[in-house]
Amino acid sequence: MTPYLLCLTLFAIGLYCVLRKRNLIKMIVGIIIAEYAVNLFFIMVAYRVQGRSPIYSPEARITNMVDALPQALVLTSIVIGLATTALLAAIAMRIYEKYKTFDITKIRELRG
Amino acid sequence: MEVVNIIPLFVVLPLAGAFLITLAGKYLKRAPDILTNLTTFALLAASIFSVRIAWQHGVLVYNVGAWQIPYGIAMVLDGLSSFMLVTVNLVAFCISVFSIDYMKKFTSKWKFGSLFLLMLAGMNGVIITGDLFNLFVFLEIASVASYALVAFGTEKEELEAAFKYAVMSTVGSLFILMGIVFLYSYTSTLNMADMASVLIQKGGGNITLLVSVLFIMGFGLKAALVPFHAWLPDAHPSAPAPISAMLSGVLIKSLGVYAICRIFFNVIGVTPETLSILMFLGALSMVIGVYLAIGQWDFKRLLAYHSISQIGYVFLGIGLGTPLGIFAGLFHLFNHSVFKSLLFLDSGAVEYSTGTRQLKEMGGLSSRMPVTGATSLVASMSIAGVPPFNGFWSKLLIIVACVQAGRYGYAFWAVLASVMTLASFTKVLKYAFYDRLKEAMSQVKEVPVFMKLSMSALAVVCVLAGLLLIGGWNDALLDRARDVLLEGTKYAVIVFKGIDLG
Amino acid sequence: MSREHEQGMSIIVKTITRLTVGLILLYGIYIVSHGHLTPGGGFAGGVIIALSFVHLMLAYGKDIALHKMPRAASAFFEGTGALMFLAIALLGFTGGYFFLNFLPKGEPFRLFSAGIIPLCNIAISLKVGAGLFAIFVALTLLKVVSEKKK
Repeated sequence: MTPYLLCLTLFAIGLYCVLRKRNLIKMIVGIIIAEYAVNLFFIMVAYRVQGRSPIYSPEARITNMVDALPQALVLTSIVIGLATTALLAAIAMRIYEKYKTFDITKIRELRG
Repeated sequence: MEVVNIIPLFVVLPLAGAFLITLAGKYLKRAPDILTNLTTFALLAASIFSVRIAWQHGVLVYNVGAWQIPYGIAMVLDGLSSFMLVTVNLVAFCISVFSIDYMKKFTSKWKFGSLFLLMLAGMNGVIITGDLFNLFVFLEIASVASYALVAFGTEKEELEAAFKYAVMSTVGSLFILMGIVFLYSYTSTLNMADMASVLIQKGGGNITLLVSVLFIMGFGLKAALVPFHAWLPDAHPSAPAPISAMLSGVLIKSLGVYAICRIFFNVIGVTPETLSILMFLGALSMVIGVYLAIGQWDFKRLLAYHSISQIGYVFLGIGLGTPLGIFAGLFHLFNHSVFKSLLFLDSGAVEYSTGTRQLKEMGGLSSRMPVTGATSLVASMSIAGVPPFNGFWSKLLIIVACVQAGRYGYAFWAVLASVMTLASFTKVLKYAFYDRLKEAMSQVKEVPVFMKLSMSALAVVCVLAGLLLIGGWNDALLDRARDVLLEGTKYAVIVFKGIDLG
Repeated sequence: MSREHEQGMSIIVKTITRLTVGLILLYGIYIVSHGHLTPGGGFAGGVIIALSFVHLMLAYGKDIALHKMPRAASAFFEGTGALMFLAIALLGFTGGYFFLNFLPKGEPFRLFSAGIIPLCNIAISLKVGAGLFAIFVALTLLKVVSEKKK
C-alpha cells in the first residue's frame, strides 16, 4: 500500500507546482513530474509478487512473470509526454521573446 | 474486398495525407491545398457511406491485425459512431475549403495543412475506436496538434492563449490516464466491450465511483464544462478563424461530449447520481456562459462564451436519460457544430476584410459584404432558436423533454438562456452588420470565392437540418445514435454478437 | 571556459567525442534491429541514434553537426520513416486485414524472424531519431524572427 500512496503524493506535488508557481518553466517542470508519477503508478499496478521480468528466452522457464501489457502502454505514454513537453518548451521560449519575462502575473494581455 | 474494410480508412487517410504534405509541401506550392481538400472530401464520402452500412448491418467490428478481442485492438462502427463521423467530416470539409483562401495571409501553409490533417486523424480515431487506451492515444494526438494550431500565428496573445490551453488540457489528460489505470487494475482488460461485461459481473463499488469522478474532471476539461472552462475564452478567439471553427465546432464535441457519452453510458453504466451531476453541470454552463457573453465587445470572444453555453444545452439534454432527452441532446450537438462553425467562419471573413474584431469599430457591413451578412443572419437566428432554422427544433425538443421528465426548474433556466442568447446575437447583428456604415469601413470588399462557397454550404445545411426530424433520415441517423446510448451496458453483448457475424 | 566558445568545447572533449560517437550510433542500430528479441525496439534505439548527433553538436558546435546532418535531410528522414510505417501497415491488406503480420515468421529467437516487426522498428527509429534531432536544433539554435502576417 505504501508505494501506491507515495506515488500519488508525487502526483499531488506535480499538481501543486502547476497551480501555485509563478514561473512558466516551473509550471512545465510540474507537469513533467505529474506525468512521471502517473507512468510510475501504471507500472506499479502491473507488479506481481515474486515476479520476474517478462522477457522470453529459449532457456527460461515461463513461471510468474510480471504483467507485460502496461509496460508497452507506458512506452506510448512517455512518447506522448515528450511531444507535449517539447511543444510547451517551444511556446515558452517564444513567449519570452515577446513579453521579455517568464512571470505569469505579468503576461496578462487577455482578460475579461 | 468486404465492406468492413472501410473502417481503418478514417484514420489512415488523414495520416497519409499529413505525412505526404510534410514531404512534398515545401517544394510544390499548390500541393497542401489540393491534398487537404482531396482528403477531407474522400472522408466525407466515406462517412456518408458508413451511415448506410451501419444502417444495414447493425454493428460492425473490425479487428486490427486479425488479433481477436481481448488480445488486440478493435474498431467498432455503430449508430453513434457513424453519426459523429458525419458531423466531424462535414464540418472539416467545409472548413478546409474555407482555408484555401484565408491561410494565404500566413506564410507556411504546408505546416497548417499537415497539422490540420493530424488533428482530423486524431478526432476520427477517437470516434471509431473500441479500445480505451487507444482512445487516449488518439485524444492526445488531436490535442497536441490543436495546441500547435492555436499558436500558429505566433503573435503575443496567441502564444499566451496557447500556453494556458496546453497546460490545462495536459492536466485533463493526466486525470484521464489516471482513470484508465484504475479501471485497468480493476478489470484487467482494456477493450470497451469486454470491460463492460466484466463490470456487469463484478459489480461497481468504490473504484467505479473514483473513476467516474476522475473521468468527469478529465473529459470536462476537454469539453469546457463549467468549472473547467477557463481556457476556452482565451484559446478560441486567438486562433486563426478556420482553427477556431474547428476547435469550437468539432474538437470539444468529439473529444469531450462523445467520450463522456461512450464511457459513461456504455462501459461504466450510468446511475441516477451521474446523470444528475451531468445535468447540473450542464445547466450551470448554460447560464454562466450566456451571462458572461452578453457583456463582450470582441466578436470572437463572444462566440467562444456562447460555445460554453450551448455545450451546456447538450449536456442538459443527454443528462436527462429519457429517450426524448438523449435524442434532443444529440440533435443539438449536430446543429451546434454546423451553426457555430458558420459563425466563426463569418467572423473570420469579417476579420479578413476589415482587420478588426471589435464590435464597436464595425458598422453596416452587410451593404458591402452581402454573402457574409446573409449567412451571419442565418447562423444567428439558428443559435437563438428562431423558427424554422435548426436551432429552434433542437432547443424546443430539449425544453419539452425537461418538462416531460418533470424538471421544471431546468426547463425555466433553458428558456431564460435562450432568451438571453437571442438578445446577445441581436446586439451582434446590429453593431456589425445592420447599422450605419462607418467611414473607415467604406472600402471593404467581399471575401474571395472559396470562402463564400464554404459559408453558403454551411448555411444551406443550417436551413435543411430541420428536415432531419422527418421520416427516413431520422431513422438512419438520430434514432440509431440514441438507441446505442439507451441500451447502456448491453453494448458488450451487441459487440460480441457483431464479432461472430463479421 | 574555452576561448573559442562558438566552435565547441575543449580539446579533451573533442578527442573523446571523435572516438566514441561512432560507437554510440552503432549501439543505437543494435538496439533497433534486435527489438523483437531484447528490450528496446524502435523508440529507444531512435533516441540513442538522435543522441549521437546531439553529442556531435555539443562537442563541435553547430556548423560541423549541421554539415553531417543538414536540416533538409532530417526532415526528409522524418517523413520517410512515417510513410514507410504506414505503407507496411497498409500492405497488410494483402492478407486481408489492416496491420496484419504477413511476412513469414521463421523460428523464434533468430534475428530474421517475427514478420513485419523488425521493419516497423526501423521505420520508427528513423522517425524518432530525425524528429528528436530536429527538436533539439529548433529549441537551441534558431532564433527566427516571427514571420509577419499581413
